[in-house]
Formats: sequence, C-alpha cells, structure tokens
Amino acid sequence: MALTQSDIDVEIKDLQDAYDKAVAGGAPVRHHPSRDYPPYRSSLLRHPKQPLVAVDGGDPETVELSGPVFGVTDITEHDSDLTIQHRGEPLGERMTVSGRLLDRDGRPVRGQLIEIWQANAAGRYAHLREQHPAPLDPNFTGVGRTLTDDQGRYRFTTIKPGPYPWGNHTNAWRPAHIHFSVFGTAFTQRLITQMYFPSDPLFRYDPILQSVTDRAARDRLIATYQHDLSRPEFSMGYEWDIVLDGPSATWIEEGR
Amino acid sequence: MTERLLPTPSQTIGPFYGHALPFPDGGQVASQGHPEAITLHGYVFDGAGEVIPDALLDFWQAAPDGSLEGAPGSLRRDPSTGGFLGRNGLDFTGFGRVATDADGRYALHTLPPGNAGLPYISVCVFARGLVHHLFTRAYLADGADPLLDSLPADRRATLIAAEGANRTYRFDIRLQGEGETVFLEFQ
Repeated sequence: MALTQSDIDVEIKDLQDAYDKAVAGGAPVRHHPSRDYPPYRSSLLRHPKQPLVAVDGGDPETVELSGPVFGVTDITEHDSDLTIQHRGEPLGERMTVSGRLLDRDGRPVRGQLIEIWQANAAGRYAHLREQHPAPLDPNFTGVGRTLTDDQGRYRFTTIKPGPYPWGNHTNAWRPAHIHFSVFGTAFTQRLITQMYFPSDPLFRYDPILQSVTDRAARDRLIATYQHDLSRPEFSMGYEWDIVLDGPSATWIEEGR
Repeated sequence: MTERLLPTPSQTIGPFYGHALPFPDGGQVASQGHPEAITLHGYVFDGAGEVIPDALLDFWQAAPDGSLEGAPGSLRRDPSTGGFLGRNGLDFTGFGRVATDADGRYALHTLPPGNAGLPYISVCVFARGLVHHLFTRAYLADGADPLLDSLPADRRATLIAAEGANRTYRFDIRLQGEGETVFLEFQ
C-alpha cells in the first residue's frame, strides 16, 4: 500500500526528535543531512552503510585540495538571465536572486562557477522524464550559470519556480526551490544544494528539506526577501549566501 | 581569528538535472585521438545491485606532468548562440563530468594523471536519493599509498581500477552492500 503523507510525517518527526535529543545530550550539531534518511524513499538503497574513510587533508599532494578552474569562456553573458534565453517572455513572477559565495572564514570565493536549474512557474521542469501534467513554458528552460565576482557575489534573473508533486509517497509535494551546483577553490568544497523561499507552507511535509535535521542548518537553505534587491517595475529580490565547507587547508591566502 | 561561518547544507541533485548539468563531451577530457589517452569506465550500482541510470559523476585529476593547476575551458560556451562550443582540444583542464547512461554506465576519456605517488582520478558522485554527494578515488595502479594501506584488503580492492585492453580501466561504483565502494571524507 502506498505510504501517505501522515506516514511520512511520523517518520520525519521521529528522526527530528531523535536528533534533537542527541544534540541536547551533547552530540555534535550536524550541518549536512544524513545520507541515510528513510522518509526520502530514494535514499534507501543509495547510501553507503560503511563509515566514510578519513583522508588527511593536510597533505599538500592530495589532489582534492586543488580544484577545477573556470573562466569567462565557460559562460556567456545571457547565461545568468534565464528570462532572455528564448524569443518571448517567460510566464511567472520575475526575480533577482543574488548572494555571496564564502568560505567558512567569511572570505569571498572568487571566479567560481555557480550553475542553477529549476522548474518553471507552473512547477514543470524542461525535462522529458518529468511527468507532472503542468504546462511547459516555451520561453523558459530554467538553466543558468555564472562566475562569482571579486566580492564572491553572484546574481541571476529568473522566474519563481512553482511547487510540484513528485511521487515519493501519496500527495508528496516539493516546496518551490532552485537547485544550485557550486565549486570552490578545492574539489572538497564541491556542493550541490537547493535554495528555498521564505514562509513556504510545504516545508514541514518535505523529506528532502527535512533530511537536514538541524533547524538552524535548515534555515540556512531559505533565501531572504530583500527589498533593496527588487528592481523597480521589474523583479522581486531574494538574497541567499552560500558558505562552502571543506578543510581549512584548502585556502590559499594569495589565491583566486 | 575571524568568525567561523556555518556551512550551507547539501541537498540532492534530484532526478531532473539532465537538461542543466551534463554538457556535450563532458567525458572527453583528452583531445580526440591523443596517443596517450586512457578510458576510465564502469557502472554505478545501488544496494540491490541494480544499475543507477540517473547518477552524475564529476572527475578531477592531475595533468600528465603532475600539475594540479587545471585550466578554464571545460564548459566553453558560444557567446553568439549561448550553445556549447566545446573544449579547445589543446589545454588539459583536468575536469570531466559524465551522467550515467540508461545502463548505469559512464566513460571518461582522459590522460594519465601524473600526481605524486600512485596515480588516481578523484570522483564525486551525485544521484537522486543521495542527499549529500560522495567522494571516492579511482586508482590506476596498486602499490604503497597511505590511504590504500589503511584499508583491509577487500575494501582496498574497491578503489583500484582494473586495467583492460586498449588503455582502458574498469572502475565500478557500488553505493551500498556487497563490495561497497570506499567513500572518503577530507579533514
């Protein structure tokens, strides 16, 4: 029998309670989701059961302490404006999404590639395997790229994505979100994540967001409406900073 | 001492990245016909032994001369059309990206890494169902190595690609279960 939302809600609550209790008892705060998160059914057969093996990041010859570099030829000017990639205007609420890419010491991570992808305003991806019966928008593909500037800042112009059903369980709906793929100066800083919008009523029902069991960490996935970023008679502004994890040995003081 | 910021949590790549992240020739790091080119290939499996047709693999490695500098140009775009222009075929960028195909298979065409110690290619695995990516290494030779030497024999074997004919190396990735690949965390 297909699981209902209330079945999933119980699992989410149990794991949340267990995490809260562990932290209250002195366990470390967990900034990233546990790969083993049963309410997200697709994770069941896709998480390793053996513990990860630690690699000494202090060894300068460790390949992963360096990382891919990207330059201006890797992007085009209109890659960061998802509303001008087709002949007509896409439908939906136009947004400016901007923020800074930082390392854990608060230093800007410069010249790094940020890629985004998302559903359209009706909650449909321009992806053939997607079956959600919402209209495709011929003027919106939902893919963008940019490089961070000297302050580590990125900026995209896009359309607010809609929520959509995703079949994890009966009546499963994803909150509106934008996927982000990010590089740092070290391969170990590689991050793929999702940005959410403030006050979405679907947050509590979504096992993917709730897989981040630390409340403060979860809140860091939610953008802030920023009126100063709104462009008059044009777009709403959202601000979202991204902080890359990774061993402290990755940073080069004179680096990019 | 500056204040330590807290990291942005990881989230799954989901199933619908296919129109966004893979790019043509993402696995063609070596220029076509390069006499030194090697092929790293294999399958990605889940805990039931089924292939995973919707995984994405990023690769990063040293250049043949050992350099870790890399070069821009992996994802070169055409400024007039916005389309993909392709690598220039001359600079070795060190970076590759391949989505597994319907059979759960990937192939990376590259040059032998010249890093100090045993040669290896660093792999980052993303997939639907995986809320936090996984790092592993495909070693192209066996021998003394601090990481490999720290592992029991059966686990060590999961990190060593099997050399085949025509400069090919088979490296399967098992996310769970029997023969589970060793995944790494960097401290």
